[in-house]
Amino acid sequence: MGFTYETLLTKYEPVLGLEVHVELGTKSKMFCGCSTVFGAEPNTQTCPVCLGLPGSLPVVNEKAIEYTIAIGLALNCTIAPYSRFARKNYFYPDMPKNFQTSQYDEPICSNGFLDISIETDAGTKDFRIEIERVHMEEDTGKSLHMGGATGRIHGADYSLLDYNRAGIPLVEIVTKPIVGTGKYAPEVARAYVAELRDILRALGVSDVKMEQGSLRCDANVSLRPIGESKFGTRSETKNVNSLRSVERAVRSEMLRHGSLLDEGRRVIQETRHFHENTGETTAGRSKEQAEDYRYFPEPDLAPVTPSKDFIEKIRSSLPEKPSTRRKRLQENWQVPDKEMAAMINADVLDLVAATVELGADPTRARGWWLGEIARLANEREVSAGELPITPKDVSEIVQLIDSGELTDKLARQVVEGVINGEGRPKEIIANRGIKVVSDDSALLSAIEKAIAAQPDIAEKVRGGHIPAAGALIGAVMKETKGQADAAKVRELLLRHLGQG
Amino acid sequence: MIVNKSAIEMSQLLKDGEISSVDLTKAHLERIDEVDGQVKAFLYVDREGALAQAQLVDTKRKSGEKLSPLAGVPLALKDVMTQRGIPTTCGSKMLEGWRPPYDSTVVTRLRSSDVVILGKTNCDEFAMGSSTENSAYFPTRNPWDLNRIPGGSGGGSSASLAAYEAPLAIGTDTGGSIRQPAAVTGTVGVKPTYGGVSRYGLVAFSSSLDQAGPCARTVLDAAYLHEAIAGYDPLDSTSINAPVPPIVAAAKDGNVKGMKIGVIKELQGDGYQPGVLKLFNQSLEELANLGAEIVEVSCKYFDYALAAYYLIAPSECSSNLARFDAMRYGLRIGEGSAESVMNSTRAAGFGKEVKRRIILGTYALSSGYYDAYYGSAQKVRTLISQDFKAAFEKADVLVSPTAPTTAFKIGEKSNDPIAMYLNDIATIPTNLAGVCGMSLPSGLAEEDGLPAGFQIMAGAMKDDRLYKVGAALENALVKKWGGGILEQAPRLGIK
Amino acid sequence: MISREDVANLAKLARIDMSDDELDHLASELSVILDAVARVQEVANSDVPPTSHPIPMTNVFRIDENRPSLSPEDALSGAPASEGQRFKVPQILGEE
Ligand SMILES: [Mg+2]
Ligand SMILES: [Zn+2]
Repeated sequence: MGFTYETLLTKYEPVLGLEVHVELGTKSKMFCGCSTVFGAEPNTQTCPVCLGLPGSLPVVNEKAIEYTIAIGLALNCTIAPYSRFARKNYFYPDMPKNFQTSQYDEPICSNGFLDISIETDAGTKDFRIEIERVHMEEDTGKSLHMGGATGRIHGADYSLLDYNRAGIPLVEIVTKPIVGTGKYAPEVARAYVAELRDILRALGVSDVKMEQGSLRCDANVSLRPIGESKFGTRSETKNVNSLRSVERAVRSEMLRHGSLLDEGRRVIQETRHFHENTGETTAGRSKEQAEDYRYFPEPDLAPVTPSKDFIEKIRSSLPEKPSTRRKRLQENWQVPDKEMAAMINADVLDLVAATVELGADPTRARGWWLGEIARLANEREVSAGELPITPKDVSEIVQLIDSGELTDKLARQVVEGVINGEGRPKEIIANRGIKVVSDDSALLSAIEKAIAAQPDIAEKVRGGHIPAAGALIGAVMKETKGQADAAKVRELLLRHLGQG
Repeated sequence: MIVNKSAIEMSQLLKDGEISSVDLTKAHLERIDEVDGQVKAFLYVDREGALAQAQLVDTKRKSGEKLSPLAGVPLALKDVMTQRGIPTTCGSKMLEGWRPPYDSTVVTRLRSSDVVILGKTNCDEFAMGSSTENSAYFPTRNPWDLNRIPGGSGGGSSASLAAYEAPLAIGTDTGGSIRQPAAVTGTVGVKPTYGGVSRYGLVAFSSSLDQAGPCARTVLDAAYLHEAIAGYDPLDSTSINAPVPPIVAAAKDGNVKGMKIGVIKELQGDGYQPGVLKLFNQSLEELANLGAEIVEVSCKYFDYALAAYYLIAPSECSSNLARFDAMRYGLRIGEGSAESVMNSTRAAGFGKEVKRRIILGTYALSSGYYDAYYGSAQKVRTLISQDFKAAFEKADVLVSPTAPTTAFKIGEKSNDPIAMYLNDIATIPTNLAGVCGMSLPSGLAEEDGLPAGFQIMAGAMKDDRLYKVGAALENALVKKWGGGILEQAPRLGIK
Repeated sequence: MISREDVANLAKLARIDMSDDELDHLASELSVILDAVARVQEVANSDVPPTSHPIPMTNVFRIDENRPSLSPEDALSGAPASEGQRFKVPQILGEE
C-alpha cells in the first residue's frame, strides 16, 4: 500500500455531496393517521394507506409541512410559494405502492446554507456548506433477510417485511457539491452532519437518533485532479449511521478512489455500504445506467402554497441557532476555544449545559463529562450521551463533593457505579457503603502509622520541607482506602509534625 | 313485478309498509337467479350480507327510526369499489379472492343511508375498456341483445339495471365508463364533478380522471343516489370541501325554460351513427319546445381530447397499478427472486389491454419522452378546460350524443384498440376538465332498434343543472314513448 | 416508431415478463397508438401551462393526530405468505 492520504492530496481534490434523510417526529405518518412510535410489534402500525392497499389515498400531515419549512428556514433556504409532490416510480418490496411519494423539481425549500467550523492545524476554520434543497418524502418498510449465513440480503432465502416504518415522514436535505475542503473533507462531512443534527434537535422536529435510523446520511464522494474543473465519477455510500462513521467512510472512499485512479483504473458509479468493523466500504447497486424514475406530479395530492404569514409565524418561533448558543455558552462559561472544541467533538456540549443548568459549576461539569465519563465511554466504545448517566446525576455528584460528602476519588467510584447501571448516585453511595472518613481519631491513627513507616520523610517535613508531605498523605489515603478527605489529611498531618 | 319499479317507487312502498326490505331484496336475488346466467352482470352476489342488511333496515323501520329516502332499496356495486370482507377483483385475475379489510367511502355512505348492497358487478379489467369484454372473468351482455356489449367499463352495473336485477348501481367514470354503458343499455348514468364524490376505496385507474357516480333507470333515482354518496371526505385530498348542489330538488323541478343549451359542434357529424344523431336532434327539439334556448358552441380543442386522454390515463395507470406485485396481496405466481416473481405475476395477472396501457404509460412518462407525450397531454388538458370555460359563458349546459354508436357486437372491435377507444370520444373531454356529465336515453336508433344516449355536461359543482335538464328531457320523452324506454326492451327471463 | 427492444425495455421497467410474440405484437400496436396520440404536440405550445389536477386546490392537510391502524390480522389478511406477523416475500436481489 504505497498510496497514502498525503499522496492523494497532492494529486486530487475531494468533492463531497451529502444527502441526509431525517425522520420527522410527528405523531402520525406522512399520509395517514398511523403511529410513528419506534419499536412496535411488526405490522401493528399500518393501515390501507401506508400498506398501499388498492383504493387507498394519501392526505398530507400539516405538521410535517410545518417542520419541513422550519428546517428550510433554519438552513437559510428559500421557501417555495408553490411546491408539489411527485411520484418516484420504481419497484422494491419494502415500498408498498412501488412508487415513493416524494418531491422532484418543485421542492418546498431550496438554496440555503449551513456554516460549520472545524479544528485544523492552523486553528479553527469556517466552511459554508451550500444546501441545494430540502424536500418531503415518505419512509419505506423494513425487511428482515432470512436464511443464508449472514442475515444480509445477499444469500438470503426469503425476506420478511414490516411496514410500521412505511410512510413515516422523511425530509431529505441535499447539499450542493462541497469543494475546497482538501484534506479536511472527512472532518467537514462529520461537522456538517453534527451541526445539522444539532439544528434539527434544537428545532424539535426529530429525535435525530442515528443509531435508530431517524437520521441517516448518504455520502457522495468523488476526486478530481487538481486544476481540473470537471468532477470525477462519484460513489454514494448509503445509510452511514454515526458521526464517526461519516468521517471514516469519506476518508475510506477518498483513499479507495485515489488508489484506483493511481493505478489507472476507473471509479465505478455505484452505491457503497460502509462497514463499521473494517472501516471500509463494499460495492452495492450500480448506478452506471441512470434509473428512469418516471417522476410525475402526484395527482392524489394538492400543491402546497404556504402563505407569507404562515412562513413568518414559523420563522418567528425558530429556536436559537446552535452556533449562536455555543457562542453564548462559551462566553458565559469563560471556556477557551480548544476546550469548547473538545466538548463539541466529544458531543457533550448539551450534557454539560444541562448539568450547569442544574446548578453545577461550568468548569467542574465540563471536567466530569470530558474526563472520567468520556474515558469510560471510550472504554465501552460508545458516546457519552449513550451511557446511562444523566446531567442530573453529574450535578448531584458535584454537589456531594462540594458539601464534603464525597471526595474526587470517591466520586469517580460513584460515576462508575451509575454507568454500570447500579442506580442513581445516592443509591450507589448507600449500597457500596461509600463515605468520607472525617473522624479525626481514625485519621490520626493512620497518620501515626504512616509516620512510623517512613520516619525519614517525617523528619524532612519537621525540618520545614513541606513538599515531602505528599508521600505521607498518599500513605494515609491508601490506609483509609481513599475515603478520607485529602485536604483534611494534609492539615492534620502538618499540624502533627509541627508545621500547622 | 316489483323489480320493474323505480327506486323511488320502491322506497315509497317500503315507507308505506306495502313490502319489506327483505322481500324486496329477495325479489331482486330471485331476478338475478333468473336472468344473470344470460346477462352475466354480477361477479359476486352477497346473498347473506344483503338479506342481513335488509333485515336490519326493516327492524329500524319498525322501531320508528327516521330513515333516509333510499333505506332498504337494493343496489349493485361496481367491482372496483372496496367493501370490507367482500371479494373485490376489479375484473382482474390479479385480485382474485382478495377481500379488502376496509370500506370505501362510497360504501360507508351507502351503509349510513341503509342501502342494501346486492353484490359486485362486472367491469373491464381495472376499468380499462368500453365494452366489459376486458373482464378477466367473462363478458357481460347487453339485455337488449345478448350478443352485444353493455358498454364499459361499467357494463355490469348498467346491464344489471336494464335487466331489472337492481334498481340502482354505482359506477366509476374515467373516460365515460358510467355514461357510455348507460347510453347503450337505455339507462341513466352520471359522472359527478371531479371531487364531488370521494375516491377513497375506488381502486385507482387514472387518479386525476376517475370519478364514482350513480347509475339508475330514471333521472330522479340517480339524483337520490347521487346525494347519498356525494360530499366532502377528509380521506380524499381531491374531495371538494363545499356543500353538495341541490340535486334532488333540481331533478324534481325539471324546468328548462330560459336555460341556454349549447350544442358542441365538434361532437357530432363524422363517425356518429345517423340514427344516433337523429335521436339527438329530436331531443334538442323537445328541449326547445320546453322553452330552452339552443345555441351552438365550438370547442375546437376537443379534437385533441382522445389523444390527451390516451396519454394521461395510461401514464397514471402505469404508476397506480405498480402496487400489484405479489408481495402483500393478490396473485403470486412463479419462483425465484422477488423481482422474477413480480415479473411473472404481472405477466399472468394482467390482461392484454391492461398491459398495453401500462407499457404505453411507462413510455409516455419515461425520460426523454415525458415532455413530448405526458407533458403535451397536460397542456391539451388546459386547452380543453379553457374551451369548456368559454362555452359555459355562452350556455348553462352543453350537450352531445353520449356515444357515437349504439351497442356493437361482442368481439367486433376487440382487436382494434383505436376503434374501441373512439367510443369515448364524446365523454372524455368532461373527465379531462373535471366537469360533470350525464347520459340519459334519447330513444331507439332507427337502424338497429337499440338505445342511444343524450349527454348533458355542466361546469364544476353545477351537477344540479344536469338533473334539471335531464329530468325535463326525460319527462318529455317518456310522455312521447308512453313509458320508460326499458319497457320496449326484450323481457329477459320472462317465459 | 417503437421497436421491439423499446418494448422489451419498457416491459422490464414495468416488471412484466413478455414473450417474443407479445413484444412484436405490442411494438406494432403501440406504434399505431403513439402515432395517433402524438398529435397532442401540435397544440402544446410553450405558453400553455400544464394541468395536473382538473380542479385547482391547494394546501389540503390533515391534523397530526393518530387514527386507529388495522389489526395485524387485517393487515396481513391478503398476504400470499406471512411469518411472525410479517409479510413473507421471495429473496430480494439488488442492494449489496
Ligand atoms: Mg429521496
Ligand atoms: Zn397508515
